[in-house]
Amino acid sequence: MANICRASRKDFRDAVVAARDAQEGWAGRSAFNRGQILYRMGEMLESRRPAFVSELADVAGYDRDEAEAEVDAAIDRLVWYAGWSDKFAQVFGSVNPVASSHFDFTVPEPTGVVAAFTPRQAPLLGLVSCMAPIIVSGNAAILIVENDAPTLALDLAEVLETSDLPGGVVNILTGQREELRGHVGGHRDVDAVLSVGASTEERTVLEEEGAESVTRMEFRPDRSPAEWRSEESASPYWIAPFVEFKTTWHPVGR
Amino acid sequence: MQPPFQSEYRPPKVPTVDAVAARERAQRLSTRSIKTEAKVQGLKMLVGMLDLTTLEGADTPGKVRSLCQKARTPDSDHDSPSVGAVCVYPPMVPVARKQLRGTDIAIASVASYFPSGQAAIDERVEEVERVREAGADEIDVVMNRNAFLSGRYGQVHDEISALAEASGEAHLKVILETGELETYDAVRLASQIAIDAGADFIKTSTGKITPAATMPVTLVMLEAIRDHYLDTGEAIGMKPAGGIRKAKRALRYLVMVKETLGDAWLTPDRFRIGASSLLNDLLLQLEKERTGRYHSKRYLSLG
Repeated sequence: MANICRASRKDFRDAVVAARDAQEGWAGRSAFNRGQILYRMGEMLESRRPAFVSELADVAGYDRDEAEAEVDAAIDRLVWYAGWSDKFAQVFGSVNPVASSHFDFTVPEPTGVVAAFTPRQAPLLGLVSCMAPIIVSGNAAILIVENDAPTLALDLAEVLETSDLPGGVVNILTGQREELRGHVGGHRDVDAVLSVGASTEERTVLEEEGAESVTRMEFRPDRSPAEWRSEESASPYWIAPFVEFKTTWHPVGR
Repeated sequence: MQPPFQSEYRPPKVPTVDAVAARERAQRLSTRSIKTEAKVQGLKMLVGMLDLTTLEGADTPGKVRSLCQKARTPDSDHDSPSVGAVCVYPPMVPVARKQLRGTDIAIASVASYFPSGQAAIDERVEEVERVREAGADEIDVVMNRNAFLSGRYGQVHDEISALAEASGEAHLKVILETGELETYDAVRLASQIAIDAGADFIKTSTGKITPAATMPVTLVMLEAIRDHYLDTGEAIGMKPAGGIRKAKRALRYLVMVKETLGDAWLTPDRFRIGASSLLNDLLLQLEKERTGRYHSKRYLSLG
């Protein structure tokens, strides 16, 4: 089918530099604008629906119905998270009652640069389901892809390219998780790591390497393609692990 | 109207520079791979060769004080060598001097109407004298590009001589501003004139225009230094400045210095790099070599 790049630790290092440079500008966009861009990703994916369907069939071995269902679910998921862009802050944030004359707010802010070991199952939908909740709040993401059909991830990069997503907000690396995990966990400029379907060893390595720089770690089990399609696999609580909560005390004026 | 400038100085005959060969040679010297212990040694050497610079309109005493603190202890967690010098504008020299008392970090100041040099020679000389009296150990002056590009080489020479005399004991670094000289031949000629006029160091750029320091330009200047040394036995220093932000690039400059002039020039007395953000990248790379983990700028102070 194709020769796929095997990302080295230096590719990961370069991706972190790109992500760090892009993150502040991305977080500085209005929530509404981030939502527009995610929505646009959904539209661009839809315009390539036939290509993605046949690629899922040819490369990942899906039957036609299942391939169509996965592409449709991926489009829907982008649109669904696009809607959350200017709503999750109201759901997770709060106005806190305090015993002095202050307004007291707690608001979620993006964690920063997030590296994600993406699912082995559902090469398109699994990727989208991990990426969207990370970037919607203003994080920059580095997606590490190791599965049987990594060309889907590369084609998704073309969708992102044509969706007005600023360069560096999403970085896709195809490579071997085992080779990269130590460098991902230990990199001090990575603020959080998501690992879907981590083996016991991967989890241990990530937690040990990440401990020194107190990197946030989120582990989730992998799912079957059918499970990834279900509504259970989309949740605003998937946004929450990659935000920090800031509480502000503001004197009540007269 | 000023009378036409009269000078005894006759411009030197300098070899022409093969521009293609200079670029090729510089490119070739950029391909060396420097890893592990050699890299650590190189990085530490570079910290000691650094002229940590702040030349902004927005410089304040507070900013200069924090820069000096960073110059003394670049990395507060681990001992790394202190930098070679701190380079500031003239009004900041007393601030830097107070802050660096008791250290062997030199205080460098720009003078002579940096960065343009567009002023009468009396005023430029006077500024150099003032800076020297304020306690600068090293003075970075700009060459008169106006005169150079008009072909008044005698004037260029005599002005630098006057500035050299005014600088007294302080080291004089002459900035050629190679980005304005157009050709490598002009760079070579300007280097020779500056050396003849008594420069202790020749320096590529002010950092205020692009291109600033490039590898081929630095190579041409290093060759001028080499030929002068072979002719006279006098050793002149070299300072590329401007646009060198990454440790990897700085290491390439070290390679070029060694290959062109030898180990004798790999000391802060003869080679300096003028930079501000380079120091943090050097510290990032040193920490990476120490721990094996990629480091983050967020752990370092600004500067």
